[in-house]
Amino acid sequence: MLWYKAGFATPARLGVSAGANEHARTHDPYNHRMSDRQFGFRTRALHAGNRPDPRTGARTTPIFQTTSYVFDDAADAADLFALRKYGLIYTRLGNPTVSAFEERVASLEGGIGAVAAASGHAAEFMVITALASAGDHIVSSSQLYGGTVTMMSNTLSRFGIHTTFVDPTDPEAFSAAVNDRTKLMFAETIGNPSGAIADIAKLAEVAHSHGLPLAVDSTFATPALCRPIEWGADIVIHSATKFIGGHGTSLGGVVTEAGTFDWGSGRFPAFTEPVRTYNDLRWWDNFGEYAFCTRLRNDQLRDMGPTMAPFNAFLFLLGLETLDYRMAGHVANASAVAKWLAEDRRVNWVDYSGLLDSPHHDLACKYMPDGPGGAVFTFGVDGGRVAGAAFIEALELISHLANVGDAKTLVLHPASTTHSQLSDEQLNAGGVTPDMVRLSIGLEDLEDIIWDLDQALTAATRRSH
Amino acid sequence: MIDADAVPGWIQPSVAARRRILDTSHTIAVLGASANTARASNFVLAYLLGSSDYRLYPVNPNNTEILGLRCYRDLESLPVVADIVVVFRRNEDLDAVATEAIGARCGVFWTQLGLWSASAAQSATAAGLEVVMNRCIKIEHARFHGGLHLAGFDTGVVDSRRR
Repeated sequence: MLWYKAGFATPARLGVSAGANEHARTHDPYNHRMSDRQFGFRTRALHAGNRPDPRTGARTTPIFQTTSYVFDDAADAADLFALRKYGLIYTRLGNPTVSAFEERVASLEGGIGAVAAASGHAAEFMVITALASAGDHIVSSSQLYGGTVTMMSNTLSRFGIHTTFVDPTDPEAFSAAVNDRTKLMFAETIGNPSGAIADIAKLAEVAHSHGLPLAVDSTFATPALCRPIEWGADIVIHSATKFIGGHGTSLGGVVTEAGTFDWGSGRFPAFTEPVRTYNDLRWWDNFGEYAFCTRLRNDQLRDMGPTMAPFNAFLFLLGLETLDYRMAGHVANASAVAKWLAEDRRVNWVDYSGLLDSPHHDLACKYMPDGPGGAVFTFGVDGGRVAGAAFIEALELISHLANVGDAKTLVLHPASTTHSQLSDEQLNAGGVTPDMVRLSIGLEDLEDIIWDLDQALTAATRRSH
Repeated sequence: MIDADAVPGWIQPSVAARRRILDTSHTIAVLGASANTARASNFVLAYLLGSSDYRLYPVNPNNTEILGLRCYRDLESLPVVADIVVVFRRNEDLDAVATEAIGARCGVFWTQLGLWSASAAQSATAAGLEVVMNRCIKIEHARFHGGLHLAGFDTGVVDSRRR
């Protein structure tokens, strides 16, 4: 049974840190408050990163649509460029609207800080290339968004960064794939489109036993459902384009880091060797727990330039304000639709980890107690690929497009679209079957979503419910 | 890494307490300040010089001037009693440094990232000093003055007031 319980409050959602005192972890994300009040998730979704504008009193974060910022004097400019001073230089490196979004995401994820990017893909690229250079290696789940698989297997490999793809449900496979040039372990909280749930705590344990960080793409879960840092992940990546924005308006990505990984171990020389471009400072020595985000901004954004636009950051800030409520609605609709499909004779299979008979159900309940499985899942229409295509073409309300996490319900046939550039072997490893239809359940009236599915299934199979 | 055990008789000052320390202090001695721009101590001193109104006193017997500031050989030689002594030294030096800070009647004994000594914390606390350990004074200052926020970090600040 599915059981979404609105407003369910776990200690973490109330902002109470999980038993760690300030000494046990070098960073305690909830212990930076002026008062002792521990604000809850929904409060921080509205307030974190957004104090009233000191100059105008504007309550909503203004859109700072500017490329650059005047310096006080030559010394100020020199200090800013050398990182001896915090401040704004050029919007590629930082913008006040984007900063507000970054701080809010960091707060909701329980991380030390965040760096926004032009897209989720850009965020992933910045993380991987911050840690791995030519000759280095990463270990990744094989069940990823197809574009991430091609980034790793096509583009990154051209620059000498090689990826071993392993079964995400097998932490031992991650361990076995590590070699002395491995720099990162990577997985998706909810695999796209297979729906496999990453056992984040186990993967983090395996990664840390090798001195490696675990990066998790948590786009499908959002911090409303799962906060991977609480389970030991070091880096959390989102395509903000999806549920964070929530309305299909803007592209964006964001990286949050926990602030607890030891980047000074020697395995990551970029953190411990002198940085020529910044007067020979060392990221780890100078910035400690703040080193990763500081470097992501000042090396990766500086050199690659995939910056989030201020207007997009404004829309994402609005999206975050209602994230928890929207995810509740998405999950409630998704669980009801999945149950309806599972009981339909025209449907061969439904793969939704919110369903009791899903092999991923236990992990979904563990990592997403407020909404196991999220709102994106797959199913197969009786009649395979042909019936699946006919079904999609018969839909009237549900939109056929290549996105998820919109307020509107969306549908896609992965094998011919998002995952069409993968080989049969990659499709198989990615858990993508030819008949698979992916749904991203929106916030319409449940009866209307089911009505559309029903009439399209009738059209595709010439049979009624 | 840092010894994770709690220190009997001492707790890390809370965020609010760290803000009070920074807001009510005027003079900061930077013990172990370096003239080498690649060193964290130089970096922190440069930040405080450019971003705060504190009167700053680098302390290092091997230098006479750092970043245009007169450099002192020890805490006793300072023309003022430092409200905060910020320490950039090795862990094994912290006991001696704490003794020096107590002798100079400093208000706050503050050790930077990676620096931690239970015995130094206990003796400084017993002598009436406030003790902050394993915290970067630059980062703590930036937390309350907008710098960390602009750099995308979680300041933990939730506030409906214009200030």
